[in-house]
Amino acid sequence: MNLWTNVGLALKALNSNKTRSFLTLLGIVIGIGAVISVMSIGKGAQAAITSQIEGIGTNLIFVRPGQAVQQGVRQGEGTAATLTLDDAEALADFQLAPAVQAVAPEVQSFGQVVFSNINTRARLLGVTPAYADVRGYTVAEGEFIDDQQVQGRSLVAVLGANIAQTLFPDMDPIGQSLRINQRPFRVVGVLERLGGTGFGTQDDTVVIPITTMLSRLQVSRTSQGARNVQLVNVQAADADLLPAAKEQISAILRERHRIDPGGVDDFNLTTQDDLVAARTQVANTLTVFLGAIAAVSLLVGGIGIMNIMLVSVAERTREIGIRKAVGAKRRHILSQFLVEAVVLSALGGCLGVALGWGLARGVSHITLSGQRLPSVVSPDIVVLAVGVSLAIGLFFGIYPASRASRLDPIEALRRE
Amino acid sequence: MEAASAGRPAGVAPVEAADAETMIEVKDLRKVYKMGGIEVEALKGVSFTITDGEMVAIMGPSGSGKSTLMNLLGCLDRPTSGTYRIDDQDVARLSDDQLAAIRNAKIGFVFQSYNLLARTSALENVELPLVYCGGNDRTNRALEALERVGLRERAKHHPNQLSGGEQQRVAIARALINRPSLILADEPTGNLDTKTSEEVMALFQGLTSHGITVVLVTHEPDIAAFTQRVLLIRDGELVADRPVTERRQAVTGGGS
Repeated sequence: MNLWTNVGLALKALNSNKTRSFLTLLGIVIGIGAVISVMSIGKGAQAAITSQIEGIGTNLIFVRPGQAVQQGVRQGEGTAATLTLDDAEALADFQLAPAVQAVAPEVQSFGQVVFSNINTRARLLGVTPAYADVRGYTVAEGEFIDDQQVQGRSLVAVLGANIAQTLFPDMDPIGQSLRINQRPFRVVGVLERLGGTGFGTQDDTVVIPITTMLSRLQVSRTSQGARNVQLVNVQAADADLLPAAKEQISAILRERHRIDPGGVDDFNLTTQDDLVAARTQVANTLTVFLGAIAAVSLLVGGIGIMNIMLVSVAERTREIGIRKAVGAKRRHILSQFLVEAVVLSALGGCLGVALGWGLARGVSHITLSGQRLPSVVSPDIVVLAVGVSLAIGLFFGIYPASRASRLDPIEALRRE
Repeated sequence: MEAASAGRPAGVAPVEAADAETMIEVKDLRKVYKMGGIEVEALKGVSFTITDGEMVAIMGPSGSGKSTLMNLLGCLDRPTSGTYRIDDQDVARLSDDQLAAIRNAKIGFVFQSYNLLARTSALENVELPLVYCGGNDRTNRALEALERVGLRERAKHHPNQLSGGEQQRVAIARALINRPSLILADEPTGNLDTKTSEEVMALFQGLTSHGITVVLVTHEPDIAAFTQRVLLIRDGELVADRPVTERRQAVTGGGS
């Protein structure tokens, strides 16, 4: 009695009670479908996070001010105002930091941008010319800000594509004058449209010289009167040089901030990889959590299979008696009903994969507040899901099948 | 096990010594059921032998223990004590799976209610015993068996498309497929009319001429008259073992 004979028997038995088989299948279909779609969306989110973070540049180290200590309580990261523009300039020293290729400090804030009667809110980004290279900003029209404008604290701005579109729907923005927080700025360039999602939200940004930002729009100074920056983007010369660059940055900043050996850093270094790891961990946790909920529905589906198999065994007692009378051994009956349960759950699993895949595809077409929810249905998820459904069939089929196999043939034959 | 036979005088018939031609040898067979704490002795020590190719009817009123005896002879159940040898093999103490193998290889069952699998063609029903012994060439052997009962052209029909007599002949074909040495029939004609009954009995008589032993349970003296010997069971004991004096020869009605 081989496997295929049993599969044939199982299909025949399931076919003879289509509605019941279908309803039982449904439990597994929904369970597997839910697991597949959750995993796929989770995986998609992961891929999106990775590509977003990698999209902001290569070999980047983000230097942030450290934690402030207020009345002995350590505050959140970035709360201390310890990183200055001078620090950033010091990091660009090729002698002290040979592993560093470029340094681009930035200061962010939000502001009101007005042109004639159009008024919009934008992210203001104060940067140096190096920023364009380090973070991969490209200018579609006009020019990026230059060193002279930084030194001169010029009132010039480079507009993100959306901002340009909003303020200048039907004219060339280059050379136009607009107001940012009441101060007049001249537009010197428009950034390339980046589109999609992203940290940068580059399209909704107005880029101005960092010195202009610090001196004219925002006053934030250390207690010593130096000008603070929120973030210094440091680009290492090579991926292999990232650890070296981190060490050199750390040495320079500790020296400048006069931190004793053994003292705690008042700044924070994060690489892109660190960011990817941190963000994907969040995504993973969420995926596992949602996956666990989906798995509960699988469990319920499995119980449904066990239930219906018990009913089936009870209904077919006479058949079992006949089979035993003509010489079926325990294992023959056991395997017959076990295979039936597994076929049922495997069918459910396959339909579930189709459902989950469809759901994942459907979800990836929905946009939520401008963000697409990407999804990746990978073969390993599919294999896993089908494997799990087989295992469920086996696990929940064992009890009904062993009950069937232990039936007394005389009793079974007597049953109507 | 041998010692068990010494205790109690056998039934009416003397126990013959087993020889090479003995198909069934039953010695002091006892079966006790426990029902709700009360022990019920369904068989109280029955002994007899049946030789190869013999055709025997077991008769007796309801509750006499003849069903119990048939279950034991059919290796569907184990005796509480006593020995049962079939084809010189002691089967009284075998495991469930070993009994299943004996049923598969040596015994063919025919039931009053046919016991065919519904939604399964006659051919597949006949093949069933082969499925469990890994027999190959199943389809051809099943067709041969159907031919033997005159139903080859009905192979694709399902039980609900066949008459009672045809269903019983399919069941006989199933019983024959594995070339058993013993056919056990439990009231095989109980649901059939006289003419069809006679056809079925003709089949059985034909089998005995090929050396197959047939043991059947019946209520009807008319049916018992087709056999060679009648065992009468009453209250769990063998009360009579007599040869059939005026044996009826069934006329083959020819396959319908």
